[in-house]
Amino acid sequence: MNGPQDLGGQMGFGPIAPEPNEPLFHAEWEKRALGLTLAAGAMGHWNIDESRHARESLHPADYYSSTYYEIWTKALEVLLKRHGFVSDADLAAGDAVDEATTPKRVLKPEQVAGMLHRGSPYERPVAGDPLFHAGHKVRTRNFHPTGHTRLPRYARGKVGTVEAVRGGFVFPDSNAHGRGEDPQWIYTVVFTGPELWGEGADPTLLVSIDAWESYLVAV
Amino acid sequence: MAHDHDHDHHHHDNDLDPMAARVRALETILTRKGLVDTAAIDTIVETYETKVGPRNGAHVVAKAWSDPSFADWLRRDATAAIASLGYAGRQGEHMQAVFNTAETHNLVVCTLCSCYPWSVLGLPPVWYKAPPYRSRAVLDPRGVLAEFGLILPEGQKVRVWDSTAELRYLVIPMQPDGTEGWSEDRLTELVSRDSMIGTAVALAPEAA
Repeated sequence: MNGPQDLGGQMGFGPIAPEPNEPLFHAEWEKRALGLTLAAGAMGHWNIDESRHARESLHPADYYSSTYYEIWTKALEVLLKRHGFVSDADLAAGDAVDEATTPKRVLKPEQVAGMLHRGSPYERPVAGDPLFHAGHKVRTRNFHPTGHTRLPRYARGKVGTVEAVRGGFVFPDSNAHGRGEDPQWIYTVVFTGPELWGEGADPTLLVSIDAWESYLVAV
Repeated sequence: MAHDHDHDHHHHDNDLDPMAARVRALETILTRKGLVDTAAIDTIVETYETKVGPRNGAHVVAKAWSDPSFADWLRRDATAAIASLGYAGRQGEHMQAVFNTAETHNLVVCTLCSCYPWSVLGLPPVWYKAPPYRSRAVLDPRGVLAEFGLILPEGQKVRVWDSTAELRYLVIPMQPDGTEGWSEDRLTELVSRDSMIGTAVALAPEAA
């Protein structure tokens, strides 16, 4: 979706302002927000793509005025409600009021190290060979889906060069919406500064994205 | 802390700011329903406070500098090479190492969210997740680098890697001159977190 998350090339957000000796967390609640997000995710009722889509579906004014842990927390509430774990009545009371769906699993402290060490590999076998190879010219599709996609707007309808075939991976545009993993080949595609940004662009700049096969057409 | 809140507010968390109250309420709800275990949250937080951070990535870089066969493995199969040092898992499942050269400086961003190689760098800093960096890193990377105090030599190109999929990128900075033959431990001290994102270069030996 053309949501607030799709930031590449936008302007007006001001200087980057890196913080010297930045603390890992800026408040105690950020620690709990991180842990809650991972522990709730470990119940196994949604995937990372659905999580990302919940975050980017926040109203743009809300997204841009929230810190990242705020965005995570607000999206976590959406996911918990959608999957029947938390109700509006629970949230209004700040306490458990309604019955919850039975979770597939509940993360125990002794399982944390194993869960983090395993991660969630997203590589999958793909039927058929890759359509493209290193050196091929490709054009990214120009589309504007209302659902989740990982093709940023700044790189739509642009001609680039395939640099590498990275393997078969879960397709987020499908997986975020419960339509299955639909794995596809992923390619690193490189664009020049002038192709992306036109007049006045740095001619030496190269920018790459990792693109699923269905984002690309042969040139 | 400000104490300008409404003292007539009946809620038990009226000494907390709104986000602290909101997160505490959510943890209360989930804990009482038996959906999350508070001790598991403690363990997750402790992991990223004490075990998983940019020291991991600095070890990878120092090893690549001092061991050409490891550097070669890192180029060919970064996930396996990095796992051989014990760093693997969440947000590092599919690693790519990108090597800076005199010709090309690499910079990593996630314009669409906050994708970051947690297994080697830990949790991302606030600026990495915030709109100013995410919006401009792909449009004006030299301007971005200048805000970090990094002016690249003329003739060194910039290559920006937008982490749009599940591949996670670790920049391998160039080894500083005058550090040939240094031990891995000493080299590690030259490798800052930002140098592995690409918003800095490795420290000069006299700065370490």
